[in-house]
Amino acid sequence: MRRRPRLRDELVTLAHGAGGKATRALVEGLFLEELGNPLLAPLSDSAVLSTNGGGRLAFTTDSYVVKPLVFPGGDIGELAVNGTVNDLAVVGAHPLALSAGFVIEEGFPVGELRRLAASMARAARTAGVPVAAGDTKVVERGKADGLYVTTAGVGFVASDVELGPERVRPGDRVLVSGTLGDHGLAVLIARGELDLEVDLESDTASVHELASALLELGGALRFMRDPTRGGLATTLNELAEAAGFSVALDETALPVRAEVAGACELLGIDPLYVANEGKLVAIVAPEAADAALAALRAHPLGRDAAIVGEVRDDPDALVLLETALGGTRIVDMLVGDPLPRIC
Amino acid sequence: MRFVDEFRSGELARKLRRELEGLVEPGRTLKLMEVCGGHTHTIYRHGLEDLVPAEIDYVHGPGCPVCVIPMGRVDDAIALAERPEVIFTTFGDMMRVPGGRGSLLEAKARGADVRMVYSPLDALELARRNPDRQVVFFAIGFETTAPATAVTLLRARAERIGNFSAFCNHVTIAPPLRAILDSPGLRLDGFIAPGHVSTVIGTGAYQFIARDYRKPVVVTAFEPIDILHATVMLVRQLREGRCVVENQYTRVVRPEGNPRAIAAIAETMELRDTFEWRGLGWIESSALRVRPAFAEWDAEVRFALPGGRIEDPKACQCGEVLIGAIKPWECRVFGTACTPERPIGTCMVSSEGACAAYYNYGRRNRVPA
Repeated sequence: MRRRPRLRDELVTLAHGAGGKATRALVEGLFLEELGNPLLAPLSDSAVLSTNGGGRLAFTTDSYVVKPLVFPGGDIGELAVNGTVNDLAVVGAHPLALSAGFVIEEGFPVGELRRLAASMARAARTAGVPVAAGDTKVVERGKADGLYVTTAGVGFVASDVELGPERVRPGDRVLVSGTLGDHGLAVLIARGELDLEVDLESDTASVHELASALLELGGALRFMRDPTRGGLATTLNELAEAAGFSVALDETALPVRAEVAGACELLGIDPLYVANEGKLVAIVAPEAADAALAALRAHPLGRDAAIVGEVRDDPDALVLLETALGGTRIVDMLVGDPLPRIC
Repeated sequence: MRFVDEFRSGELARKLRRELEGLVEPGRTLKLMEVCGGHTHTIYRHGLEDLVPAEIDYVHGPGCPVCVIPMGRVDDAIALAERPEVIFTTFGDMMRVPGGRGSLLEAKARGADVRMVYSPLDALELARRNPDRQVVFFAIGFETTAPATAVTLLRARAERIGNFSAFCNHVTIAPPLRAILDSPGLRLDGFIAPGHVSTVIGTGAYQFIARDYRKPVVVTAFEPIDILHATVMLVRQLREGRCVVENQYTRVVRPEGNPRAIAAIAETMELRDTFEWRGLGWIESSALRVRPAFAEWDAEVRFALPGGRIEDPKACQCGEVLIGAIKPWECRVFGTACTPERPIGTCMVSSEGACAAYYNYGRRNRVPA
């Protein structure tokens, strides 16, 4: 069994917010120690609770501090809905309702707030989920960088849905629903600090319909995640550790837009570590992999879906990348913080 | 991606491997030092060690600019960053480098105004936009990045921007190579010389290696096919008993380098008598400082610096890694006390550092140095 990471830092740094190893140390070495309980312990995208009537509910929350608030392909309102809907969808839940908390800075233009709320409403309608509860707070000028949004969501988990890392088996295939790294790069470039002009949009979207399509596979669908902060690399490392197997990726199969690959190359960033906000990763039994791929590709959000790797019977629980050149390397979790505050 | 994929072709790689297999003598190991951290990164990122015959052993050299900055200079940087009037600007890689008093990232968490930039010209722009603040740029790197600092200093003077200064830590590539070649017990057969540095200084700068030390040199670009190609060129020289400086990076590097860049460096900077290199110690005439004519833009003149010297941590074996005496994983703290999250030595900090590359991408089949 893996040792729980210790939090040895005296101060919180931006690295603790990047979704990689430092975030894990903060979450497991502090919050899990203080708040730990059987529902929180799996640290999955949503907790799954049993109700008195025997049904199951998925429950999740997420905060959004993206800078800038509006970026190509989306804004903080849309992101706050999609991110939470996706956390529900990947545990196999049908989203029922969201809550939204707004921390607004003094002096924030009401017109802009209305535009962001309207965008939130559009995203909620698309996902078919109401924002059923909310809260607003206003803080002094300079204290909240315009606007922070926190959403929470509940969803219903059908009785026949059984997903989890413990169901993953060697030989299972790894699928991604589309191109990698679009969101993180789009936001980074939208900040305009780099003098880079790249035609690129965030992929922010609700993946609940993609998840539903995969749930049709029944027991052949083992596990899903949404690869947000820390990217596909971090998500798969968490999976490998939880499942106790290694994951081997095929570099030539990874879908990455030419614009993202080019910008990453210039900036020295690996798209495997860049956040996605409208993608899911699915682990599927080998005999169902082609059907899963077809199901994803049948949806507009999944047309670039690909089978990118497989689970290997290797207790080292590593993520390995077979390079286009024919070599192999280890893909570790994200360390440090290449791109702060992208979601 | 056009113009990149061509240099990452599996088919070409297999062809070059076959060529190498025909050139090496079975059982006779050839130790080739890739001088530049960019090459180290490419070797690990693409798994090149899995591809070349077992007789080829890549030794990771001192060409990672972040890795060679001594801890005392990091503390000086933190002291600058902590001045209330200062906006301290740095390349991202330097943020996590530990000094004696933590890293710039931790100084930022304590309240220092530390900002990441991709170019010194971005720092100059920050100075223009914040006339009531002092903007200091943490200038690091070999002859590759020195021209950008030089151009920025020239522009600061031309535009009379009085609130910008550079904290100059630029180093030069030839002296540490000479120091490595002079170190006792060294066993190296040839050098994969850095590409980007050579665009500035030209191929002539490495003649002493071939002439005085009788080791072949190939100036090399940064894609995996480039490195395989250079490996073939080096092994062929060794096989044929030749020993010259060859240029694999002909698409960019000229024998004479870039005279305009060299002139800009010469106008704004001069050699220091000596400079401390992390892990390698003091090396004469190996680093640059801002010339007195540009003293107004020299952070070392404008601000009082602690200037302390800090011993490298005893457990750290970065020095031995940097001369290729040991492989990163043979260091006694590798992967245990020293990890990319909490580096002890600088080789573990930058993605170009040999230890971080090994830790992040590390091969599973480990062969000792």
